[in-house]
Amino acid sequence: MCLAIPGKVIETFDQRGMRMAKVQFGGIVREACLEYVPETQVGEYVLVHVGFALSRIDEAEAERTYQALRELDQLTELESPVVEEIGPGGQQQ
Amino acid sequence: MKYLDEYRDGDVAKKIVGEMRRIQTRPWILMEVCGGQTHSIVKHGLDHLLPEGVELVHGPGCPVCVTPLEMIDKAHAIAQQRNVIFCSFGDMLRVPGSDGDLFTIKSRGGDVRVVYSPLDCLKIARANPAKQVVFFAIGFETTAPANAMLAWRAREEQVKNLSLLVSHVLVPPALEAILSSPDNRVQGFLGPGHVCAVMGYREYDPISARYHVPIVVTGFEPIDILHGTLMTLQQLERGRAVVENQYSRVLGPDGNLPAQTLVRRVFEVGDRKWRGIGTIPMSGFHLRDEFAQHDAEKLFDVAEIATLEPEICISGAILRGIKKPLDCPAFGTLCTPQRPLGATMVSAEGACAAYYAYGRHLKPVALHQIVAAEPANGVAAHG
Repeated sequence: MCLAIPGKVIETFDQRGMRMAKVQFGGIVREACLEYVPETQVGEYVLVHVGFALSRIDEAEAERTYQALRELDQLTELESPVVEEIGPGGQQQ
Repeated sequence: MKYLDEYRDGDVAKKIVGEMRRIQTRPWILMEVCGGQTHSIVKHGLDHLLPEGVELVHGPGCPVCVTPLEMIDKAHAIAQQRNVIFCSFGDMLRVPGSDGDLFTIKSRGGDVRVVYSPLDCLKIARANPAKQVVFFAIGFETTAPANAMLAWRAREEQVKNLSLLVSHVLVPPALEAILSSPDNRVQGFLGPGHVCAVMGYREYDPISARYHVPIVVTGFEPIDILHGTLMTLQQLERGRAVVENQYSRVLGPDGNLPAQTLVRRVFEVGDRKWRGIGTIPMSGFHLRDEFAQHDAEKLFDVAEIATLEPEICISGAILRGIKKPLDCPAFGTLCTPQRPLGATMVSAEGACAAYYAYGRHLKPVALHQIVAAEPANGVAAHG
């Protein structure tokens, strides 16, 4: 878990005042926080570690790094369960 | 796959290793710092490609490995409490404490949840206001910005039922601890790429200068590691000792400044115990006092837990580059990834677990002999 995983920003949105993104990693899409790379735009590639984009990289680097991580079985964190925002009454928000 | 070739190319690898052979005049011992690099080296057998006398030893950069047993036992003590939802990165669930692991606690009815991002804990805490949500905040500098943001948002949004059990460690003090040890063997470092993507690498300058060791910030792909090794050898052979960046396509000297700013606001540096190594002064992050209401160590009465590590385990010497997994009598027999005895076997990024995963417990010497005996200049080796 010391390596960050590259993905493509496919959507940005606001979540309680935080700049967030949907980031595509191969076939998996996960949310990532963009607060540390706020200038990131849709279509760009970012290195994401435990749900936080840490730096922007180019497409070639992203592709290469992703494949290398896949070979090293270092993508399992992407399969962690998705936690939805649920209100205290059990309602999805 | 279209971009892969350049960093996989066998010809490039041969050229790099050929250049190492050309310049090398004596044996050298280098340490790769990051567990991801260790994993890559063992998987691709890169250590066997290097010229004889260029040895890679495996560093302490596996965050799961170096999380002390006391802290794991503390996590388990908290996770067992009835009113607690205990959240963790998936890697920590299988790490055994003195009595079972987080899976055991879950199977006994504890509410243990794997999260992808620390921010997931905010959602869980808001959805469960009657429960205490505790997050096991472990990691190196790469993970610190994420964990810092969780503490920051918990305070800003006044999510009062959320706390962090912090066990954060830092790379530079560990390198100093290795270098200042009287039995140190390490003469140069392959620095951790993704740690430096956050922190930059200026803080390594004084270490390189003080101990006169080259530190080359390096990626984790095979060609990266060979290239970083060559750059380190070039410095050693010329008597130089500076910080260089092999991984400039990903990071620069300053790292991520917004991330560093938040990390400094949330955490302060203090002493930390490292599994296998012991306490290293000023080697980790602790929550600042302003975040005391989100500090699980202050909220839960789990201060004194005494633990005992098996005497046979040499993981401390492995993490400091003094020994390697095959030096251990328990490796692959008494100690396996299923029943790990110590730090370097508990996570896939640990040196012992990597050696085991790629079969080095089966025929430890054979591969090296094959490479060493590979015919040079078309002349078959005898024997």
